[in-house]
Amino acid sequence: MSSYFDHAATTPMSKAAIDALNNQISQLGNASSLHTQGRSVRKAVEEARESIARIAGASPSEIVFTGSGTEANNLAIKGFYWKRLGEDSARNVIVISAFEHHAILDPVEWLEEHEGAHVIQVPVTRDGIVDLEALKDIVDHNRAKIAVIAIMHSNNEIGTIQPIKEVVEIAGDIPVHTDAVQSFGKVDFNFDQLSATSATLSAHKVGGPLGVAALILRRGIDVTPILHGGGQERDIRSGTLNAPAIVSFAAAAEDADLHRIQRYSELRAMRRYLIDSIRAVLPDIWVNGDVEPSLPGIANITFPGTESDGLLLLLDAEGIASSTGSACSAGVPRPSHVLLAMGLSERDARSSLRFSLGASNTRSEIDHVASVIESVVDRARAALARQ
Amino acid sequence: MKVIAAMSGGVDSAVAAARAVEAGHEVIGVHLALSSNPQKYRSGARGCCTIEDSHDARRAADVIGIPFYIWDMAEEFHEGVVENFLSEYAAGRTPNPCLRCNEKIKFAAVLDRARALGFDAVVTGHYAQMRETDLGRTMHRAEDPLKDQSYVLAVLNKTQLDGAIFPLGDTHKEEVRKEAKRRGLYVANKPDSHDICFVPSGNNASWLHDRLGTETGPIVDEDGTKLGEHQGAYTYTIGQRRGLNLTVPAEGGVPRYVLKIEPVTNTVVVGVKESLAVTGIVGEKAIWCGPAPESATQYRGFSQVRAHGSPLACTYSTDGESITVALDEPLFGLATGQGLVIYDGDRVVGSATISATL
Repeated sequence: MSSYFDHAATTPMSKAAIDALNNQISQLGNASSLHTQGRSVRKAVEEARESIARIAGASPSEIVFTGSGTEANNLAIKGFYWKRLGEDSARNVIVISAFEHHAILDPVEWLEEHEGAHVIQVPVTRDGIVDLEALKDIVDHNRAKIAVIAIMHSNNEIGTIQPIKEVVEIAGDIPVHTDAVQSFGKVDFNFDQLSATSATLSAHKVGGPLGVAALILRRGIDVTPILHGGGQERDIRSGTLNAPAIVSFAAAAEDADLHRIQRYSELRAMRRYLIDSIRAVLPDIWVNGDVEPSLPGIANITFPGTESDGLLLLLDAEGIASSTGSACSAGVPRPSHVLLAMGLSERDARSSLRFSLGASNTRSEIDHVASVIESVVDRARAALARQ
Repeated sequence: MKVIAAMSGGVDSAVAAARAVEAGHEVIGVHLALSSNPQKYRSGARGCCTIEDSHDARRAADVIGIPFYIWDMAEEFHEGVVENFLSEYAAGRTPNPCLRCNEKIKFAAVLDRARALGFDAVVTGHYAQMRETDLGRTMHRAEDPLKDQSYVLAVLNKTQLDGAIFPLGDTHKEEVRKEAKRRGLYVANKPDSHDICFVPSGNNASWLHDRLGTETGPIVDEDGTKLGEHQGAYTYTIGQRRGLNLTVPAEGGVPRYVLKIEPVTNTVVVGVKESLAVTGIVGEKAIWCGPAPESATQYRGFSQVRAHGSPLACTYSTDGESITVALDEPLFGLATGQGLVIYDGDRVVGSATISATL
């Protein structure tokens, strides 16, 4: 039996998205060309843009397609930093939450090392919510120097949804970028209502294809481009548009949006069933970031006295896919910076595993997890005790 | 059996893992991350600590069709191997880190973890043979004399060896490369790793200088007459002849060798080759790879004191804790800290760490 509980990493493509991809991939034409074929592909891309914009609460001209969520986050962070520093050389401060995804953390770190940025991290609470009082303090003390504030819309490891509307209010006229890769299509996400300056979406997290994503960038706001070339996407992101992937992305977003409310309640119930089933055999586990509002399908569980990479190996051998958080470039498991930021000890952070559920999961898969988890945890505990 | 294949990213461990699968074992590939910062110990793709090597290991596991994970052994490696290497040099001895790595990492930390997780053994690409003999399961030299690694495995006790599988012991290296090619493993032509994996460019002296500091001290002859200066006694090894930079020429141009390293006074003693002659060796912390020899009994056998050294005919005895060897012919230049390995023919009897030479 093979049970996939890593939908936050990537999730199966929906049938609508596969059909759209297959259909578009046989269409000839470059969306930038002026002839009939080019116009035909451009039409498909623009329809997709309108569809994604509608679902995300943005206007079509605010959607900038990119090759990945990482690229969109880099474009926002570096683009705002260079743009705003260029306008005022005192603006070299970047404010981020302490538990951003590496696609935010690493470009910020790079700007700090190479481009003179000064980074201030906003602490998060034990429940996994960004500390708004601390943010207010930071903004009050540094307002004139801040180039950009980046706070994720929902955390990819624990699922908690962040108060972006309040962040935007505190920020005032400072640009706020929000990484909404995990939220889009799963929970209520409306760019206009949040009043954020930019946001990142990614196709493959909502049942679309790999290799396409989008930066939503508020009308009238410019960032310094990273890729220069043919001037596509408002001259902000050059590169031939990946029309088949973009069309498929839109089909996936439509499908996710259509079923969103129903899937949310199903996944929330399934997640609760998973947690209860594991707790029934292992009463000493705890769930990190177990608060509302949250992404429906993420359960980040600490199994005290274990090493999570041992747990992952043994579960994998039982056909159960889970995740330990991030690894370094060579693949060495690291204690999750998200859990450390929430105040967990390194020991407990190293004993935590993320299960992320999706539409394909069934109760019998969860029963399978519950039937093997005790023996898996026993062995993982023995392995740690031997060290 | 359920086994863990330790995969370095090199050709030997890849073929060993593939053979373990063919032998019917349930195999999981594991690459050991020995530095928390993969570029910290060495750059380039020659060692066992690089991102490239972990990718090579992963690709080999893909081709063989086994699950693959990376285990973080950086802390254990640093404490058990790197720090031991430094403190041994600082104490005037010449350590062999590969021995320590086998003893403390591959067949201790890894094997222990594997056993706790429900595995039976660790498979490696070492060249040595385990055989069922009248004495039980015993370790023997590899078929390929040029690749034989029984010396660096002689630090493993019976319990550790019971959890060790060496699928390459009966094969010559060139055959292993051919087999890798046949199996579609692109590491087939990857160069062998030499030197010490955590020392960049193989330059021990400058690596030690960076970590132990530079302290000028005298180079003296056996009478205590000063002949020159050095930048740190630990960068010398017993029997060394080159790189002494002596300012006082030798009488009659007779070559001079390092005879002794005195860490406390930071003194290097040099002298003629005859003064290096060793006929007796004492090793402590004896480890038996099979049945232990009886105490206070004289045995005939062979001693080996370097990884690729020759076996030296000898008589040996043990009190259980230490091993005492009387060599048939004198040996010139032997550093304390090195491993003493005792063979009975091609069978590895056991090992000890050289503590004194006579």
